[in-house]
Amino acid sequence: MSTIQSIAGENEQHPDLALVERVRAGDVSAYDELVRKYERQIFRIAQHITQNREDAEDVMQDAFLKAYEKLDQFQGNAKFYTWLVRIAVNESLMRLRKRRTGKMVSIDEDLETDEGTVPRDLADWAPNPEQNYNQAELGEILRKTIQGLPQGFRVVFALRDVEGLSTEETAETLGLSVPAVKSRLLRARLQLRERLSRYFKKKTGPAIPQEAGLK
Amino acid sequence: MTCSEFIALLDDLIDNSIALPIRVEIEHHMHECEHCEIVFNTTRKTIEIYRSNEIYDLPPNLRERLHAAIMARCKKGC
Repeated sequence: MSTIQSIAGENEQHPDLALVERVRAGDVSAYDELVRKYERQIFRIAQHITQNREDAEDVMQDAFLKAYEKLDQFQGNAKFYTWLVRIAVNESLMRLRKRRTGKMVSIDEDLETDEGTVPRDLADWAPNPEQNYNQAELGEILRKTIQGLPQGFRVVFALRDVEGLSTEETAETLGLSVPAVKSRLLRARLQLRERLSRYFKKKTGPAIPQEAGLK
Repeated sequence: MTCSEFIALLDDLIDNSIALPIRVEIEHHMHECEHCEIVFNTTRKTIEIYRSNEIYDLPPNLRERLHAAIMARCKKGC
């Protein structure tokens, strides 16, 4: 009995792999399930990169169609989701290149900045500061703030912190080293924090003397 | 520990991937340094806010339309 359990444990696979196998065997309805499962995430990632709703819609369609076409190339030892995200990231970057004809677009651009590496706004935030805004206002603040980040930081933050990929998966998806992902993630987080501070910090109360600063 | 050293470890602290001896040192620093405690709390809150608010939501009608378009093309062999 214990042997059977141990074999079952070793052979345990991600539920997506069973769906992929069904698609490969010609069952299109299994692909329907995969699309439903991941369409929101893929749309969000495309929006984060292209920052354009029409482009994000096109990227979402193209990414799923390309993944369907290339399913034979998918290696079962990778996660279907991270493989799909990689396709969506590439499609998004291609879409940006089309928009900015002649200009190279990569996730390496616009990173020549030290902004945000040293926290400057050291005021504390109000408790649950997001509750001081209605949903529409909050959405606008969050969109405007993340759109102000360099693309190479924004995409790392979106994949790692919003979509929940691991550092290693983010690195693999973007073709970056793990230290590069870590460095960008720290800077993205600190820059977002700094920019959100202007909306979320406490409006009243004694200010912390800025000259004391960080040591 | 200096504030710069603290900032360098901030991500690992947020992601809960720090070994115990360094964690004790970090917590001691935060106890002593109000600024670093604020940076830690507000950075963690930043991530939490972005995680819990879908800023690029896909409206149900658009979702269905895109979904139908994808599946129609897949059924035709793309």
